[in-house]
Amino acid sequence: MCLAIPGKVVSAFEAGGLPMARVQFGAVTREACLAYVPQAVVGDYVLVHVGFAISRVDEAEALRTFELLREMDQLTELDAPAVVAIDAPAVGDLLAGVPPCP
Amino acid sequence: MPIAYLDEYRDRALAERLVAQIRKVQTRPWVLMEMCGGQTHSIVKHGLDQMLEAALPHTLELVHGPGCPVCVTSLEMIDKAHAIAQRPEVIFCSFGDMLRVPGSRGDLFRLQAQGADIRVVYTPLDCLKLARQYPAKQIVFFAIGFETTAPANAMLVYRAHAEKLDNVSVLVSHVLVPPAIANILQSPANRVQGFLGPGHVCAIMGYREYEPIASRFQVPIVVSGFEPLDILQGALMTVRQLEAGKHTVENQYARILNRDGNPAARQLVYSVFETCDKKWRGVGAIPKSGYKLRWEYRDHDAERRFQVAEIDTLESDLCISGQILKGIKKPHHCPAFGTACTPLHPLGATMVSAEGACAAYYAYGRHLQPSMTGAGGPGRGPHTPQPGPPAT
Ligand code: SF4
Repeated sequence: MCLAIPGKVVSAFEAGGLPMARVQFGAVTREACLAYVPQAVVGDYVLVHVGFAISRVDEAEALRTFELLREMDQLTELDAPAVVAIDAPAVGDLLAGVPPCP
Repeated sequence: MPIAYLDEYRDRALAERLVAQIRKVQTRPWVLMEMCGGQTHSIVKHGLDQMLEAALPHTLELVHGPGCPVCVTSLEMIDKAHAIAQRPEVIFCSFGDMLRVPGSRGDLFRLQAQGADIRVVYTPLDCLKLARQYPAKQIVFFAIGFETTAPANAMLVYRAHAEKLDNVSVLVSHVLVPPAIANILQSPANRVQGFLGPGHVCAIMGYREYEPIASRFQVPIVVSGFEPLDILQGALMTVRQLEAGKHTVENQYARILNRDGNPAARQLVYSVFETCDKKWRGVGAIPKSGYKLRWEYRDHDAERRFQVAEIDTLESDLCISGQILKGIKKPHHCPAFGTACTPLHPLGATMVSAEGACAAYYAYGRHLQPSMTGAGGPGRGPHTPQPGPPAT
């Protein structure tokens, strides 16, 4: 379950105080949080793990990896039911006050 | 020849060239361990281990490491999760893989059937939505995983704290790869001479922290992807180092990660979690090998909130997954493999997740080959090639 699934950012928005995106994985589109890959923009491909983009990838890499994961039956993460959103209050700057890495 | 198993993927010619290259540089047998469950799954699916072991006269044996977080979550933690999930005020949230993991007394599916409110979530952030939706309920998330998953779980805690969602708590059972590698290397029974490092873990963490391990234990570590060609190339890079007497950290997966990983993700992980000693299922306690919540976030600690008393754990006495996770044995050495223990009725955690070695061996038909290749321990006899898995 440490595999990250590549998908295409089709729209970006903010929700619950977090930068979010809709990411398309083959026929499935799901939300992903862009907090850790803030430079990603619509049209980019990102590697997504449990709803978080963890890095950008190029398109050819993304398509090949996705096919391979499909063959390996390793896309079950995408089958988890969606939980309906209720609007969250904004809580100010993301990561404000978080100390830097040691 | 086992290479036939590679028919199903496109880069077969390249794979054959890589194997030929390994044969060319290899002058004696070596044992490598892959540290990521995704790699294990890919290796078994494509028969890469059988291909490399058949590289006579010098075999290259792949043993499967403890790289599946579902498999190594301790039985105590699973039992605690079950105790919390049974409480009437709790909505217990988990990644889907955890539902079938056997605890001492059944799994989460059984509790769900008995009426416990247990939900599979796609992302830890779903717990925030549930917390807002059900303010009178306690939302508990089973925060398991390696370093890859830690940034997501850290964000849940960070946001719950920032939004003052007091009804969110996490049962933290995070494990870390580098201390596990050190633990394997320190064992007197260790046979592993080189490692394929976990690609997606290093996408977050980078690979600086593997460098002291490589030099202290004089063992090459090649951070690798999980596709067949990645694994074969990683194996080639490791064998080259072994043959040259080198022991450095190399990056096969440079198209995805660099030495630094993802600093933004690490920053939040370090602000929410701190390292602690951790018990691994089948392996035992490893110093500083896990995460717990920092003191500032203690109000979101499910163990603290629900004060679960010590539970007597009951592990199946047939299961040898501990030795499998350390690379000492392989699934087909287990008397229960494919008979008493199958993915539908798992006795141990390595049979549950698709990335567990036992489940991967089962999925690709290896229980049908009682005389499988592979080592049984340090004192094994000469290697004999065996027939491969049936075509799928
Ligand atoms: S086959 Fe089942 S019982 Fe045997 S080691 Fe694997 S998980 Fe344990």
